Amino acid sequence: MGASLLPVLFFTFLWGIVGIVLPIFVPKGTNRGILQVMLILTAFTCWLFWLCCYMAQMNPLIGPKLHKNTILMMAREWSQVQFESTVE
Amino acid sequence: MGALFKSEQMALCQLFIQPEAAYLSVSELGETGTVQFRDLNSDVNYFQRKFVNEVRRCDEMERKLRYIEAEVKKDGVPIADDLMELPRAPNPRMIIDLEAHLEETENDILELSQNAVNLKSNYLELTELRHVLEKTQVFFTEKNQDSYLLLYQQEEANDSITRTLINEEAQNPSASSRGRLEFVAGVINRERVPSFERMLWRISRGNVFLRQAELDKPLEDPATGNQIFKTVFVAFFQGEQLKSRIKKVCTGFHASIYPCPHNHADRQEMVKGVRTRLEDLNLVLNQTQDHRQRVLHNVAKELPNWTIMVRKMKAIYHTMNLFNMDVTKKCLIGECWVPIADLAIVRNCLNEGSRLCGSTIPSFLNVIHTNENPPTFNRTNKFTRGFQNLIDAYGVASYREANPAPYTIITFPFLFSVMFGDCGHGFIMTLFAVYMIVLEKKYMARKTSEIWNMFFSGRYIILLMGLFSIYTGIIYNDLFSKPLNIFGSSWNVTRLKTDIDHNIGIKDTISLTPDKDYVQTPYPMGMDPGWILADNKIIFLNSYKMKLSIIFGVVHMIFGVCMSVVNIINFKRYSSFFLEFLPQLLFLILLFSYLVVLMFVKWIIYDATSEDIRYTPGCAPSVLITFINMILAGEEHSMDDCSPYMYPNQFILQKVFFGLAILCVPVMLFGKPLLFLFRKNRQERRIVGNGTPSQDIELQTEGLQNSSAINSETTDHHETESFGEVMIHQAIHTIEYVLSTISHTASYLRLWALSLAHGQLSEVLWNMVLRKGFGSPTDLFYLQSVLLFCAFAAWAFFTISILVMMEGLSAFLHTLRLHWVEFMSKFYDGQGHPFQPFCFKTILDAEDLEDQ
Repeated sequence: MGASLLPVLFFTFLWGIVGIVLPIFVPKGTNRGILQVMLILTAFTCWLFWLCCYMAQMNPLIGPKLHKNTILMMAREWSQVQFESTVE
Repeated sequence: MGALFKSEQMALCQLFIQPEAAYLSVSELGETGTVQFRDLNSDVNYFQRKFVNEVRRCDEMERKLRYIEAEVKKDGVPIADDLMELPRAPNPRMIIDLEAHLEETENDILELSQNAVNLKSNYLELTELRHVLEKTQVFFTEKNQDSYLLLYQQEEANDSITRTLINEEAQNPSASSRGRLEFVAGVINRERVPSFERMLWRISRGNVFLRQAELDKPLEDPATGNQIFKTVFVAFFQGEQLKSRIKKVCTGFHASIYPCPHNHADRQEMVKGVRTRLEDLNLVLNQTQDHRQRVLHNVAKELPNWTIMVRKMKAIYHTMNLFNMDVTKKCLIGECWVPIADLAIVRNCLNEGSRLCGSTIPSFLNVIHTNENPPTFNRTNKFTRGFQNLIDAYGVASYREANPAPYTIITFPFLFSVMFGDCGHGFIMTLFAVYMIVLEKKYMARKTSEIWNMFFSGRYIILLMGLFSIYTGIIYNDLFSKPLNIFGSSWNVTRLKTDIDHNIGIKDTISLTPDKDYVQTPYPMGMDPGWILADNKIIFLNSYKMKLSIIFGVVHMIFGVCMSVVNIINFKRYSSFFLEFLPQLLFLILLFSYLVVLMFVKWIIYDATSEDIRYTPGCAPSVLITFINMILAGEEHSMDDCSPYMYPNQFILQKVFFGLAILCVPVMLFGKPLLFLFRKNRQERRIVGNGTPSQDIELQTEGLQNSSAINSETTDHHETESFGEVMIHQAIHTIEYVLSTISHTASYLRLWALSLAHGQLSEVLWNMVLRKGFGSPTDLFYLQSVLLFCAFAAWAFFTISILVMMEGLSAFLHTLRLHWVEFMSKFYDGQGHPFQPFCFKTILDAEDLEDQ
């Protein structure tokens, strides 16, 4: 399984707050219902959209085909960032 | 439930208003705009209604106002157009004042312009005369003798007919003929000169000698104010007969003839006289002009106010024409639709109306029950109006039907952004929307072009579309087609770099392998930047985006089907819940949600680092092929070690799912017709079983009233339709639904197609235009910078015009289709008629539009 717990929890939690917690605190008024529906739908669509993208890359069946120069460039420019993420 | 989820509850009301208070009450109602009046006199011709005279008076006043406005505009006097507060409709007493005032102003202006025209034509005549005198001076200074000679020579050159004429004249005493050489002087339109000349030649057989001189400056036509170019002419001739003929020709050609003395001294005298008269006239003209300006300026200030007042008056009388007179002629009766929430406002208006006219008898309002279908009224604000308009463009919701608009607020921009996903383009769109929203007040007041209005009324839609596009752009990792590497790519290139450094297996392009080069945790948010740079990016993105489209499509459609529950509860069609909703939902879930589940399963269990050979990439079955085989019951084939199924017992489960889904079809098809048949039989039996006729009537009326009050629709249908019709209707419905689930699912693939097209187009634009600007490093830096400047300009232009505007429009249309067809067809009826309240604001706006 290629998922790491942290991002999944983080994004689920984030959109959970938007979609479940915030609607409870919408101020009363004529537009309360609409605001609630908007928050819930936003949270759900955005979360599902993120999830699909995450899961599609979770267990890759093929790898990117890169040009030689691109690889050298990636190694040079991105090695710093990459190093941090691999440590994690 | 809050606003917008369903249309407002409406009540049919009867208004009983005192005739004296009617005008003021209706005026109050028009200001608030809460009632829609019904025509109670639809059998009466418009010309025979009660207040037709008042309407005519208003028409007359409008005509006067139009005339005054035209005059004001003709003189270029500015009309104050920025009314802060619209005037209310005038009191009946004020109407008479206004009418008198208008009459007076109109007469003033009429008189003034009549005078001005008279003066001006006078002036014109004098100027023409002056010109005639001045120009002819030149002709006369040439000696008479010479001109006569010329004439003579001309005659000599003519043909035989004229020659005989000369011979005849030669018999006359030559002295007298020479003495009688006369002339006519005048002014004619320049374009008429050639034909005039020809005509003179013909009637005189060449015996007229015409001299002409063009006036340099154009003259003004007093009546129309047009500029006219004219020519002064002098025609020399002999004989009285010819003179009368020439004069006739002159009148025929609208040439004005002026007296011109023969004598030089007389002429000088006359010119002098004319000049002084002209000066005097000029003075008078200026004074009239000044006076006219003053009058028009005064009117221009009041004009917009008057126009609005008259329009309101006319609207009020039109509305009062819809009212019915009571038999006793004591009060007017009006019928109107009112939102139940606004009943108090309407009552207030009525009270205010009677109070203002000092009437002691109050007007009152009576809610009446009706079987009629009330109009649909969704109370919107400036934010929700745009979305409601999208729905209404498809069809106005039936009364109290579930309204898709509140859900569209999010789903519409979201589906749009799936196709349009790019941070940069989304940002541009957001900026545009924010600009419109910030300057909202300014643009609301101003009248603008139609295309701008379209954008402006959708400013909140555009804002949300832009914001969602930014989000999807982050997930697609697309910023003007370039990725960002924020969290660090999950594809590790160190292994390949050492390979390259040591020259092992050198090829131009190298594939990274998921088991060795992948760090085993995906990029936390969005698409890995490594993929965006890859040569096989499209293959990966296609597989991802197609699945994405299907997942969201199925979720959207299930949502739509579930929406019909709201209607079922609302209209108390509980039988539909089991006979329509459940089988529909089951059909969709068993087939298409299962497809979605398969996609997730495939994402989870197939892994390059897997120990089990069955779950390695080589063995991963295609979800689509699996699904097709499930439907068509095809054989699954696979290579030796692999299993064609993802999990145990998949084959059996799929058979069960498919079987259940097929079983749903007959329920959908026969459920409702059979229920109808069953009910009808029971009803017949009950009616037969009823006793005495009198009881029967009582029962029937009671039953009718009750049922019609609760659910008129269902009873109406059952009474009118036969079993055959119900069956055919249901068959069409079922076939449509079953086929549409398949076609609609496929239709959601447009999300993938448009998104792919958008991504590719922006990438091509970057590579073909902006990239050229970067060029290859040379020493000519200044040349490079100029090149980059131009390339950037071109790139920016195409980005905005093609990628944001055109692609945005196309994505908008596709999103609209997805909502209208794929989403709304699952539950939306759209058979209602809109609530059109009597409201001065809308009436004035509509008339303004017409004027434009």
